[in-house]
Amino acid sequence: MALLEISNLTVQFGGLRALSGFDFELDEGQLHGLIGPNGAGKTTAFNVATGVYQPTMGDVRLAGESVVGARPFEINRLGIARTFQNTRLFSGLTVLENVLVGFNQSVTHGFWGTILRTPHHQREDRMHEHEAMRLLERFGLANRSEELAQNLPYGDQRRLEIARALATRPRILLLDEPAAGMNPQEKIALMDLIRFIRDEFSIGIWLIEHDMKLVMAICERITVLDHGETIAVGTAAEVQADPKVIEAYLGEPVG
Amino acid sequence: MDYLTQQLINGLSIGATYALIALGYTMVYGVLRLINFAHGEVYMMGAVVAYWIAIGIAPWGWPVWGALAVIFGGAMGACAVLGFAIEFFAYRPLRNKPRLVVLITAIGVSLLLQNLAQTRYVFGPTPEAFPAVIEAKTVVRWTMGGPDNVVTVSNLDLLSLGLSLGLMGVLAWVVLRTRQGLALRAVSYRFDTSSLMGINTNRTISFTFMLGSALAAVAGVVDAIRYDVRPLMGLMPGLKAFVAAVLGGIGSIPGAFVGGLVIGLIETLVKGYLSSAYSDAVAFVVLIVILLVRPSGILGRYEAEKL
Ligand SMILES: Nc1ncnc2c1ncn2[C@@H]1O[C@H](COP(=O)(O)OP(=O)(O)O)[C@@H](O)[C@H]1O
Ligand SMILES: [Mg+2]
Repeated sequence: MALLEISNLTVQFGGLRALSGFDFELDEGQLHGLIGPNGAGKTTAFNVATGVYQPTMGDVRLAGESVVGARPFEINRLGIARTFQNTRLFSGLTVLENVLVGFNQSVTHGFWGTILRTPHHQREDRMHEHEAMRLLERFGLANRSEELAQNLPYGDQRRLEIARALATRPRILLLDEPAAGMNPQEKIALMDLIRFIRDEFSIGIWLIEHDMKLVMAICERITVLDHGETIAVGTAAEVQADPKVIEAYLGEPVG
Repeated sequence: MDYLTQQLINGLSIGATYALIALGYTMVYGVLRLINFAHGEVYMMGAVVAYWIAIGIAPWGWPVWGALAVIFGGAMGACAVLGFAIEFFAYRPLRNKPRLVVLITAIGVSLLLQNLAQTRYVFGPTPEAFPAVIEAKTVVRWTMGGPDNVVTVSNLDLLSLGLSLGLMGVLAWVVLRTRQGLALRAVSYRFDTSSLMGINTNRTISFTFMLGSALAAVAGVVDAIRYDVRPLMGLMPGLKAFVAAVLGGIGSIPGAFVGGLVIGLIETLVKGYLSSAYSDAVAFVVLIVILLVRPSGILGRYEAEKL
């Protein structure tokens, strides 16, 4: 049994089948890519896995338990965190606060602990702040911790979004086109960062990426979607050689 | 000069209660983009609950501070529960409905509470003086220049200002320094994303309504003591506090506080120098002017709600 198991997932928007019969598995320590042309249904798969959309059919199981019907915050607390195709930071909060929001879910002291400021509460807050700063250090954002998120350069915003997702202590991290809009050097740095995250936090990473080179370079396995259908699954080399994949990309050289 | 000073003191004293009510409008708007038009009635219910508690504890002859603590605490607690219930039963089922639907519901809740308060089971149709828990007294008296030029500050002015300043401080601490406050701010920036980051948005919204309602209750009790208790007393302060929230920048907490004080000052100055006939109208003139000149308000970050 894989940590994340998606089976026979179908998502219908009116007359449009955004995803049909989608199967997927991911375990801790794995890095699995999801590619496909625009509108193929990649983000839709993430939205179902995180509880934003309800599937028309099929199941999503985390550690064997179905999460279909659970609310997004519950699914997050069960261990699935994500980033977004277009960054969605809390723009008016500081960099540190954005990450502290991520820690929010692991708080155990509750409302009265907050109001009464019990020693347990204070210890927990200090510990979270410390951990948040450590996380920011690893992402090279520590020196900007007091800046508002909206004032960060674009590349930093994308990395902060990953840090915020990690702060919720996920077992599975979903990254939706994290390199979009980055320059080549930033992309290379990001690839290293993603590999580092997988090894350091030993979590499963599911990566949607438009940049084929990036996906091919870091993912052990790749799933290719086209018009909601899975047209290929395999290693970078296998997928690259698949005629259906080449066709879906209109004969563009892949990788 | 002394006349002006006196007007300013009165203005701040009245503005302080507007500020307390305006905070609830602005916080709820922040998280839900909803103008909670039932908020003035929560203020009124605060006064009603305080009235019953004051009557209930009167025979025991408690010292003033003990009585006030129980009255304020009881009203705040009851209104927190009321605010929770309003959101839970009236607004939550409509969470994803068009905003107009929710707005009309808010007006419906407001009418419901006004009419409930007019029944004798809750309060009754006629105004009642607040039981004499605390007597209005002049505590500060400046004589300026001559015996006719006197500026006075009453204990109720101090109570009103002291409570609203103190509570503003507490609120600032809750919002800026606690986890619940951080969640509240996160939800106000991005509702859906906060849920995906593990925040229980429904709980955060309940918390926001409870906090705002408890603050409105304090304003209700102050005005009940200062004037009297009546079932429709929430109407005008509710509207003026709404204007205050828009003036300060709807969604902005410091803005609501400043806006409340400013509306109180403007109203009192108009009353003192022009005519008391205009004192209620002036808030709406202010509203029209802000919407024309600066819809985002003094400290606002949002466009004003299009009604
Ligand atoms: N909420 C929605 N309502 C209607 N159609 C949607 C919705 N979300 C996505 N779609 C459609 O589903 C298809 C797949 O979208 P998406 O998953 O965002 O593609 P990708 O991320 O692969 O570019 C697209 O045709 C898109 O227009
Ligand atoms: Mg997409």
